[in-house]
Amino acid sequence: MTPTLIRLSALIKKELLAVLGDKQSLRLLIAPVILQLLLFPFAATLEVKNNTIGVLDEDGGPVTIEIMQRLTQTPAFDRVLLLSGQQQMTDVIDRQEALIVLRFGPQFSQKARLLRPDHVQAIVDGRRSNSGQIAASYVQSILSEVKLGTAAQVPGPTVSVRHWYNPNLDYFRFILPSLVAMITTLSALIVTAMSVAREREQGTLDQLLVSPLTPWMIFVGKATPALIVAMFQATIILLGSVYGYGVEFRGSLLLLYACMVPYVLALVGIGLFISTLCSTQQQAFLGVFLFVMPGILLSGFVSPVSNMPAFLQTITWANPIRHFIVIAQGIYLKAALAADFSENLVALSLTALVTSTISLLLFQRRLS
Amino acid sequence: MKRSAVVRLYSLCKKETLQIVRDPSTLLITFLFPVVLLCVFGMGINLDSNVVRLGIVAHDTSPPARRLVETFRHNPSFEVIETARESELGDAVRAGRIQGFLVIRSDFSKRLVSPALTTPTLQIVTDGAEPNNANFVAAYAQGVIGAWSRQELARSGQPVPRTLTLETRSWFNPSSVSRNFLLPGSVTIIMTVVGALLTALVIAREWERGTMEALLAAGVTRYELILSKLIPYFVLGMLAFLVCVVMTHSVFDVPLRGSLWVLLLVGSAFLCSALGLGLLLSTVLRSQYNAAQAALNVAFLPALMLSGFVFEITSMPLPIRIVTSIIPARYFVSAMQTLFQAGDVWAVISRSLLGLTLASIGFIGLTLIKTRRHLA
Repeated sequence: MTPTLIRLSALIKKELLAVLGDKQSLRLLIAPVILQLLLFPFAATLEVKNNTIGVLDEDGGPVTIEIMQRLTQTPAFDRVLLLSGQQQMTDVIDRQEALIVLRFGPQFSQKARLLRPDHVQAIVDGRRSNSGQIAASYVQSILSEVKLGTAAQVPGPTVSVRHWYNPNLDYFRFILPSLVAMITTLSALIVTAMSVAREREQGTLDQLLVSPLTPWMIFVGKATPALIVAMFQATIILLGSVYGYGVEFRGSLLLLYACMVPYVLALVGIGLFISTLCSTQQQAFLGVFLFVMPGILLSGFVSPVSNMPAFLQTITWANPIRHFIVIAQGIYLKAALAADFSENLVALSLTALVTSTISLLLFQRRLS
Repeated sequence: MKRSAVVRLYSLCKKETLQIVRDPSTLLITFLFPVVLLCVFGMGINLDSNVVRLGIVAHDTSPPARRLVETFRHNPSFEVIETARESELGDAVRAGRIQGFLVIRSDFSKRLVSPALTTPTLQIVTDGAEPNNANFVAAYAQGVIGAWSRQELARSGQPVPRTLTLETRSWFNPSSVSRNFLLPGSVTIIMTVVGALLTALVIAREWERGTMEALLAAGVTRYELILSKLIPYFVLGMLAFLVCVVMTHSVFDVPLRGSLWVLLLVGSAFLCSALGLGLLLSTVLRSQYNAAQAALNVAFLPALMLSGFVFEITSMPLPIRIVTSIIPARYFVSAMQTLFQAGDVWAVISRSLLGLTLASIGFIGLTLIKTRRHLA
């Protein structure tokens, strides 16, 4: 072995010991992953289920009874609350006892039978306007199924709907690949940024800098544990989602792990960059936070990138999290090949190149 | 409290305040972080208007089919990409360039005249990897097809079938702007970061460096110690809270219908629980790195995912709903959303205050117990 390799392997061994050496740190790298794997796929859903719908029925005729029966059959509502007056209508919304309330006016059924139906009035809780709107659209589709009068309905074209990759539109199938991206992001950033800051705080960074190690070697030494931790956590999530949640892994596992390398390098670059600006662990951690929160929020995980204003969409091109979510989801669910996400891969590699070069340069400058 | 104790507490608080003021990162997280995060939430996160890229393959070029394509083109919710080959659109879905596509079969217009056959003549394919978008594509495309059917009936002079329609009003938020509920909810994230994360780090540092033992050896009681940590960070947290409230209300125009004192009350209650959690974690873990990791996982991520501010709690399965009931952020989110948009609805506020107070007492109490154990 050349001296360079011996030094490098010793450094990597030291870095691994620093990150994985004690039981408490090890537990903190594994336990949260398992906890998140158990909770988040169920929690992160934009579906509307198990809600209460309030109904003020001033008619009591056959049409409103039919509608109410249909309402109870959808998973969106598990309880129909019968209201006795307008005051109660406002009360249940105010107190969040119902997400949506409907009001059928007097003679509603009779007018409907005569093909001159009144509108059905609905009030949704605007504090949860997103869910309220979804609930209202469920109600609307129930209403349009109700046949009015005896006149034959003129059929339109027959439409079939198919959801590729996820026929039942299960949310956890969407969440699990994204979770691979989210969890590895946090760990990779924290492992790198905090480890440099910890060395600086404890004074061992100076020892490292006076050693024959070059900045390049220090970069590799800091990147290796981050890469190992990220891949290890990703493996836990992948195993859990394939065997626990039964979400079939359709693409190439090798490709996913290969794409993880530029991703983690981009993060290591950012982590080291943050740590060169900081003198304490506290600053490094808060710095990571200042980057990772907007990073996750603007990654398309919470709301699609295409909904953002144009200037933010441009900024997200530099966001490694955005690209890796597309890649992870593409490979996992859609069996995507590198050609399908070449744009994302290029952007990711460029970010990795830029951030690691900058952090190397900054390291070098601190040396001289 | 004895006079000497008051003096001690005062000087401890002074020491803590000096530490806060001298570290730029603390001030950055208190003042810059809320501004950045609120801007991201206010501009970047949009759950209302979706513009969906939809591919269309029309194998039928008859006038009704063309009119159907035009109806899609004119709908503001769709950006239509028309191609001749289905395989191209399949690739585009896989690469995530479009969110779905519509196939108009070649016998589409023929079958409109003789609808006896039942095989579908229109096919909608969506990218199910993103369920929210897929739902939206399917529902809106069917809506557009329905509108087109009614137009066609009207054109040919046939009676248009009547259906029941819903007239929806959104209370508190008439134009259903998602920002109006996202911003008050996102204050939770900011307060969690300032309250739990920052505190966990700062106090773990004292344990790490041994200055905590030094303080305790100097005769400071654990009540004084914990109070001296709580008070300065409480002030800092409330400052961050005020920044959030002012920005949400005056920069992003979210109405503030509740009264200010209730808002401050709820804010302090949540801050106490967050500070308590931060104190507890740092006391138990005693290392900045581990305390930071733990705070991230037990304070921050639950505040983001399980608090009901992006993802609805009622839609979660029962075991998870039970888990959310012990998460302070959940009570804070519902109180904040109510206070900003609805006003002082005591049915909601009192429930939240109760939850937050219990959490604060629990976390701070546990910290007191743990501090004593470590001393012995």
